[in-house]
Amino acid sequence: MAAKKAANAKDTGGKGEESPSRVRITEARDGIDQVPMPSRHEPSQEELTELYRRMLMIRRFEEKAGQLYGMGLIGGFCHLYIGQEAVVTGVQAAMTDADSVIGGYRVHGHMLACGISPKDVMSELTGRAAGISKGKGGSMHMFSTEHKFYGGHGIVGAPVPLGAGLAFSHKYQEDGGVAVIYFGDGAANQGQVYEAFNMAELWKLPALFIIENNQYAMGTSVNRASAEDQLYRRGESFRIEGMQVNGMDVLDVQGAAETALDWVRGGNGPVLVEYMTYRYRGHSMSDPAKYRSRDEVQDVRTKRDPIEAAKAELMKMGTDEDSLKAIEKEIREQVNEAADFAEQTPEPDLKELYTDVLVGSYG
Amino acid sequence: MPIEIKLPAMSPTMEEGTLAKWLVAEGDEVNPGDLLAEIETDKATMELEADEGGTVAKLLVEAGSENIAVGTLIAVIAREDEDAGDVDIPADGGDPPASSETQQSSATPDVEAEQPKAGEEPASLSVEPEVPEGTEMVRMTVREALRDAMAEEMRADGKVFVIGEEVAEYQGAYKVTQGLLDEFGDKRVIDTPITEYGFAGVATGAAMGGLKPVCEFMTFNFAMQAIDHIVNSAGKTLYMSGGQMRCPIVFRGPNGAAARVGAQHSQNYGPWYASVPGLIVVSPYDAASAKGLLRAAIQSPDPVVFLENELLYGQSFDVPKLDDWVLPIGKAKVVREGADVTLVSYSIGVGVALDAAKELESDGIDAEVIDLRTLRPLDRETVLASLKKTNRLVAVEEGWPTCSISSEIQAICMEDGFDYLDAPVLRVTNVDVPLPYAENLEKAALLKLDEVVTAAKKVCYKN
Ligand SMILES: Cc1ncc(C[n+]2csc(CCOP(=O)(O)OP(=O)(O)O)c2C)c(N)n1
Ligand SMILES: [Mg+2]
Repeated sequence: MAAKKAANAKDTGGKGEESPSRVRITEARDGIDQVPMPSRHEPSQEELTELYRRMLMIRRFEEKAGQLYGMGLIGGFCHLYIGQEAVVTGVQAAMTDADSVIGGYRVHGHMLACGISPKDVMSELTGRAAGISKGKGGSMHMFSTEHKFYGGHGIVGAPVPLGAGLAFSHKYQEDGGVAVIYFGDGAANQGQVYEAFNMAELWKLPALFIIENNQYAMGTSVNRASAEDQLYRRGESFRIEGMQVNGMDVLDVQGAAETALDWVRGGNGPVLVEYMTYRYRGHSMSDPAKYRSRDEVQDVRTKRDPIEAAKAELMKMGTDEDSLKAIEKEIREQVNEAADFAEQTPEPDLKELYTDVLVGSYG
Repeated sequence: MPIEIKLPAMSPTMEEGTLAKWLVAEGDEVNPGDLLAEIETDKATMELEADEGGTVAKLLVEAGSENIAVGTLIAVIAREDEDAGDVDIPADGGDPPASSETQQSSATPDVEAEQPKAGEEPASLSVEPEVPEGTEMVRMTVREALRDAMAEEMRADGKVFVIGEEVAEYQGAYKVTQGLLDEFGDKRVIDTPITEYGFAGVATGAAMGGLKPVCEFMTFNFAMQAIDHIVNSAGKTLYMSGGQMRCPIVFRGPNGAAARVGAQHSQNYGPWYASVPGLIVVSPYDAASAKGLLRAAIQSPDPVVFLENELLYGQSFDVPKLDDWVLPIGKAKVVREGADVTLVSYSIGVGVALDAAKELESDGIDAEVIDLRTLRPLDRETVLASLKKTNRLVAVEEGWPTCSISSEIQAICMEDGFDYLDAPVLRVTNVDVPLPYAENLEKAALLKLDEVVTAAKKVCYKN
């Protein structure tokens, strides 16, 4: 089983010669329009620099969150996004301001990608009044209606119908937006996902369903949980077109997201994109990670790291070491500032315990 | 500044650990992700990774050391541009941090419970609308009253839409949405597949996206499949978002026992939803309340669970013909005044209580009857004011007794009405079994008029 999984990861997520296909789409079927084959986004040097900067921001932010957790400043569960940065960064680059985002409990990176400030997120992680949820949500429950980020949901699978509901509201209000809905390979086995797929296609909702296939749901590899392990095909019985895309290359990610979003915006209904990615850290902070080998992790980390790849590509485009170092320095400063702030800013006032239960007052 | 490696907390409960083994030596180069040490925690053996690269300058605890407090400095790594042979070791480095003042103290906060502050939009009138002398009364069924409430709100606000199984073309499984499709079209009256979990989630997401859904469940028995979205998604998001994310949705449909449909189709979910902070729970009895409260529920910026009753749909009542017939959420109503004993109920139980009051009258007992109308927030004041007057109280409920609205009423009377009590508060409910099918057994299991009468006499010491 494990061997099959590893081979599978290589096929679809690998780079260079060893990857026969960086992208697959659902096979042509009678009576169903096929989603076009996407291509890799071709960025300017400036664009790629920005993508690099955003990925690096997520990485450094998450590393810092891990450290603060280790110091006891962050409590409960804390799910880090390290390794998966290219997915949200590439998708976000293809979106417009009208679009909305919803995801699960591994979403610190998604929030930063939506433009939410690192301070607001970090101080929520430390449970402070200045946190984006006033310290009442925590790592798994953060929202920003201002940035059209609709959570931040701790129940596996829940964002899928909720996201279809956001798509419903985009369509109802004719605001031109698409709901971008992130969930994991484990979440892809939830029944509610398929109820939502059915309605989304039936009503041609503007929804982009994204499976971040990082190969594991906690300690369970995809093959141990999924009868159909090619998750991009999971929409086929609902006539939802699928793509499987290398999620370790931010430009592959962006290219596919552009094609998918064009298709959705064209009124063709939802698309399902499976990004093949990998998380380097444990499921949450307290994961001894006995379900996979160190070699497997180090192999991905050294050969397929999305940030290192973008860096190498930038250098080929002529960016020098010094400017990369300057970016690194600037990001470290921002992250340190956010962490210092999150550590020092006060906890919520005790009277906040009773606020925000209901909007109105009754009786 | 060199990189300081402190013993991390690797689980929410870890306070100290054992450094089982160093996997690097002083002078070694490390890359991000390389393993530094093996640490034994209270739960497992875990590996400690380097976040950043550099040269190991100093290992400060020996392999095999036990009971190292979380936060203790265990190693120092020189950054790329630093000399590993000459880094500063912080003097206080070996000490664990003083017990973190960031942890919430475990004591219960000693602040007064505050009334939730009013939102920018007034939720609804908090006073009963006046019915001016000479107002025309229209006789209508509860079914028609509910339909009219939805239609009036849909006319007033383009964001209101109705979604559920068979609500459009079939005109509603119980015909409550009759005529809505014709008037509002299929953009606003939407038939769903039989997927309660899914469509409750879609409706909740639409509310988060700014719409005002009325989500009909064919009956609340089937909403068990959707309870995750009602409670976890709709009920908790405002709080978890620090007040940012509203979810103005109404979940409505028939609740409680119907007739001869057996255990899986006959259950009262009032107590279930009423136990959840973040939800509003309404359960009307007559047509006037049904109409006025459903309008209030749709106008409310909060998620409302609106529990109807199939057996009441066809019953007719007078409804005032007033354009602004919107009733306050959270206010009970004294539907019959009396001096000797208070009967507290809601939904179909109110009818039983009113019948009991009539019967008690012939025995010389003057019963007051309260229709709670809203189950959350519960109108304690009206209940206690009545208790203060009558000094005796019986809770009447078409539902199971355990952890019920009745037991909540009993608790309120004990806590805040003890000094007024002349007798123990009793409850009359369904029998504590799944609802049977056989006619005689069903009858025996459901709330019974004569038991209410007996209980009322008992608290009046007039058996
Ligand atoms: C309904 C539900 N069941 C179980 C859990 C506990 N749980 C949290 S995350 C997780 C694994 C999910 O894995 P995946 O969807 O692949 O996402 P990833 O963690 O890899 O990002 C589980 C079982 C939950 N939060 N919700
Ligand atoms: Mg996963």
